[in-house]
Amino acid sequence: MEFVAPVLNYTLLSPMLILLGGALIGVLVEAFVSKALRPITQLSITLGSLVLALVQVWRIRNEQSMTAAMGSVIIDGPAVLMQASIIIISIISVFLIADTEHFTALAAALPGSDEERHALQTGNQVTEVYPLTLFAVAGMLLFPISSDLITLFVALEMLSLPLYLMAGLSRRRRLASQEAALKYFLLGAFSSAFFLFGAAFLYGYSSSITFAGIRNAVVGGAGNDVFLLIGIAFLSVGLLFKVGAFPFHAWSPDVYQGAPTPVTAFMAAATKVAAFGAMLRIFYTSFANAQWSWSPMLVVIAIVTMLFGSLVAIAQRDVKRMLAYSSIAHAGFLLSGVIALNKAGLEASIFYLFAYGVATVGGFAIVTLVRDSAGEVTDLNRWKGLGKRSPWVATAFAIFLLSFAGIPLTSGFIGKFAIFSAAYENGATSVVIAGVLSSAIAAFFYIRVIVLMFFTDPVEDGTSVEIPSGLTSIAVIFSLVITIALGVFPAPVLNFISDLATFIR
Amino acid sequence: MTTSNSLVYLIALPLLGATILLLAGRRADKWGHILGTLMSASAFAVGLYQLSQMLGRSNEARPVTQKLFEWISVGTFNVDAGLLLDQLSICFVLLITGVGTLIHIYSISYMSHDHDRRRFFAYLNLFIAAMLLLVLGNSYLNLYVGWEGVGLASYLLIGFWNQKPAYATASKKAFVMNRIGDMGLSFAIMIAFATLGTVSFEGIKAASGTASTAALTAIGIMLLVAATGKSAQFPLQAWLGDAMAGPTPVSALIHAATMVTAGVYLITRSNFIFDAAPTAQLLVVIVGAITLLFGALIGTAKDDIKKALAASTMSQIGYMILGAGLGPVGYAFAIMHLLTHGFFKAGMFLGAGSVMHGMNDEVNMRKYGALRKFMPITFATFGLGYLAILGVPPFAGFYSKDMIIETAFNSGGSKGIILGTVTLLGAGITAFYMTRVMILTFTGKARWDEEAHPHESPLLMWLPMVVLAVGSVSSGFLLSRGDALVNWLSPLFAEHGEHSELMKPIVVSGLALAMVAIGVAIAFLKYSRQEVAAVAPEDVSVFTKIARQDLMQDRFNEAVFMRTGQQLTQVLVKTDEAVIDGAVRGVGRLALGSGSILRGMQTGFVRSYAALILIGAALLIAAIWVVVQ
Repeated sequence: MEFVAPVLNYTLLSPMLILLGGALIGVLVEAFVSKALRPITQLSITLGSLVLALVQVWRIRNEQSMTAAMGSVIIDGPAVLMQASIIIISIISVFLIADTEHFTALAAALPGSDEERHALQTGNQVTEVYPLTLFAVAGMLLFPISSDLITLFVALEMLSLPLYLMAGLSRRRRLASQEAALKYFLLGAFSSAFFLFGAAFLYGYSSSITFAGIRNAVVGGAGNDVFLLIGIAFLSVGLLFKVGAFPFHAWSPDVYQGAPTPVTAFMAAATKVAAFGAMLRIFYTSFANAQWSWSPMLVVIAIVTMLFGSLVAIAQRDVKRMLAYSSIAHAGFLLSGVIALNKAGLEASIFYLFAYGVATVGGFAIVTLVRDSAGEVTDLNRWKGLGKRSPWVATAFAIFLLSFAGIPLTSGFIGKFAIFSAAYENGATSVVIAGVLSSAIAAFFYIRVIVLMFFTDPVEDGTSVEIPSGLTSIAVIFSLVITIALGVFPAPVLNFISDLATFIR
Repeated sequence: MTTSNSLVYLIALPLLGATILLLAGRRADKWGHILGTLMSASAFAVGLYQLSQMLGRSNEARPVTQKLFEWISVGTFNVDAGLLLDQLSICFVLLITGVGTLIHIYSISYMSHDHDRRRFFAYLNLFIAAMLLLVLGNSYLNLYVGWEGVGLASYLLIGFWNQKPAYATASKKAFVMNRIGDMGLSFAIMIAFATLGTVSFEGIKAASGTASTAALTAIGIMLLVAATGKSAQFPLQAWLGDAMAGPTPVSALIHAATMVTAGVYLITRSNFIFDAAPTAQLLVVIVGAITLLFGALIGTAKDDIKKALAASTMSQIGYMILGAGLGPVGYAFAIMHLLTHGFFKAGMFLGAGSVMHGMNDEVNMRKYGALRKFMPITFATFGLGYLAILGVPPFAGFYSKDMIIETAFNSGGSKGIILGTVTLLGAGITAFYMTRVMILTFTGKARWDEEAHPHESPLLMWLPMVVLAVGSVSSGFLLSRGDALVNWLSPLFAEHGEHSELMKPIVVSGLALAMVAIGVAIAFLKYSRQEVAAVAPEDVSVFTKIARQDLMQDRFNEAVFMRTGQQLTQVLVKTDEAVIDGAVRGVGRLALGSGSILRGMQTGFVRSYAALILIGAALLIAAIWVVVQ
């Protein structure tokens, strides 16, 4: 058999290569650099490679290629936009991750063991979270640009495996954190199996694993429709699991709560962009002509997800769980962008993903600041009167909540407005009605938190707001500026997205 | 159309000043006032530069535009944040920044004992920036931003000494009454967008030719409502007197020279709408006519020097509104009166501030008297402003006010005769109450409180007064020489045909001067020949009593709007509690209940989560089976 040397376009793949290179260096740093220098070295490498990757993404923004890696990836406008969003969100998240206070000193030690205590006392903090982050980001960059099912699956695992580990790194409540990691891993593996099963059916249907091949088969209509439908359904299970849509959401509240908050922020924001990026690509290109089959399914899931997330969020007493359910509701809103299946829907989804991702990181950044002597305080009852004690922190949180609720002059309003009007354009009226309804329900619990912070008297129980470290402040301010700027002057970003957002097939 | 990149500096400089002063806090106390004044002065310099550029171009090329950024772009609704500087807005730019800078200088000294002087200058800068945005916006929406901005600055400045509850109430009153006007403006914008599909001046001007008269009339009336709110015109005039609670420089800048004239700007700017909507235009004239008499009558009964001047402002703006309502022939005269009024009224307010400065902040004119000898400069500058407002030739008001009176007479038919008579009558009453102010303040016997030690104000205060007095003397002559202002503005307005000339200009001037002479004479007989009581006499005619109460405007508002409003709110509150709150609580309880039940699904066990995923997948397959069948 003749072996053909792979032809790779390194320029177009460079964002991912830079991150993987940075991650490998990070592993070496972990092994060889003294513990005093480790955190700053790791942080510099991580931020440096992310920024470099962003620069590379900017430089290839007008490139289009289907052959960058032997047909396994596609570089086009949406790919660039998704990658840029993921990297920007990751940069803000890394500012939060840099606060080692959240991470266990020695992840390999048993919770509560002498070994752990010793590591903590001697300040022997391991910093493997940085290379893990870079590996995950590289996987997320690959996910929305994959153009065949194998690459898609590899990317899925590449982004998931580091995240499973990162979820278990919390310094406080380590058992809960490890439980979250294990749950996430088991359920992730379970849903990956569905994903692969679906991929097999799609291959059976089209005799091809590339998106283009599947698309041709769908357009030609030659194959066995049952195979196609089962394939779509099972593949969707894997993707819907990642975005946290009902009924594949169950992991997310537990994991969001158990994972260290900076990791939750990263996972909630960046994973959503990557997963929806992949979902938009495959549904907009390969499955576009089979809309009749999957559209009703997604409509039902979208509606149920929105309503479920909003309703259950009301009953939450814990701020991280509340944000988890809110993220489920947002997954529902985002699904209406997939259902829209038009250019407006694609543009709106990209804008929404970026806006929501940034606000999410900002919101979790605030959560990391509200602490008492035992660590973060996530019980909402103890957030009472925060606005009186720390007006700036509370105001920032209020603005993020208003953006989640979709109140005008925040990015969330523009995102919701755009995504619902795109869905409406495509005749998905039921989704829009459910979306507006659940937005109203959701506004209730967002605003309840604002009322709690500003209009109730503080309880004296030692809950205090940490003076934000420099990096956390940067993360909050950065997110705040983007959230408000996208709400007040969305036009430049919307135009930029509109110029680029066309899938090549 | 010429484009420029430097228009934005007009707004950016004072805005930067306000930002720095507000953010720097107490650290800026030492130099804040200087920075504020410099920012205003540099905006004035940019304005002068723009004027020099504009003078060098032909008529058509004079308007300058600058696109700042794409502001809103939703479907067919596209608004750019853009600036437009044309022959009309440059007049305002120079008035705002020129008079504004003088008042900044005056305030350095006037506010020197106030420990919040820096904040005061921050608000003044904010006002200048907002007012410039108002006159420079190239669409109604951009104008609206400035419109709200000046409202905010006005609110902050009226209530600057908000430690006194009465002052805080005054600022709130101004704010609330302005809201009604602002509603008008927002309705006008909405109607314009709904019927014409655009909100830019250019777009509406182009569309106004084909639009229905009904739509244009509706827009015009709503714009008029906006103008009455901001410019304290009937029936939304009641706030201006209370607004005098603000520091006197504020009264001079905002409540005499600039902000309150925004209504005149709005109507003049919207000339293409009003020209095509005769009904709305007629309403403009009526509002102007009523207010000019209304304000003048209130002015006759006020003992508070600032409130007397405020009533006079209301009345003079009535003249401008009336002028603007007379159509293409009147716009330029309205603007001319606006500019000359900017000089003499600001000068007189500063004079009043100077008197108060020397009299321990006493505002009651019955406790003044004989100040001429102690404050010669104030007396001289105030006196020149007085001659200007009376319309004595060759002072500024003679040119501008007489032109409005003349145009009113010549507007044809019985309308012309009525309007002409009203404006003449207004001139007479103006002469009466202004003479009264002069006599009570500067002549006669001293009726001061014992601790008063009147003295002339320091240089920084009298210098701006002198500059404004020069304007009060010369501006009318300069602006009307060779019809300078009329020709300058004419490219912006529609052509106007020759009007029937009911009276020759010389006759109008003669009549006006005769009315003024009568007014002055009565005031002399009443206040110079007789002893002035230190306490306002109570045994006065019922008319005086009514005039003292601002012609019952507050009573009226209270009885008609406030009471019914309160009753209405009561009903609404009840309905709200019973029906809406009930429904909301019900929905909330339902949501909470279902949330709690659904929450039960979150058991924490991986096995049940996996089962959920399995069930979900099975349901998907089942659904597909249904689809295939």
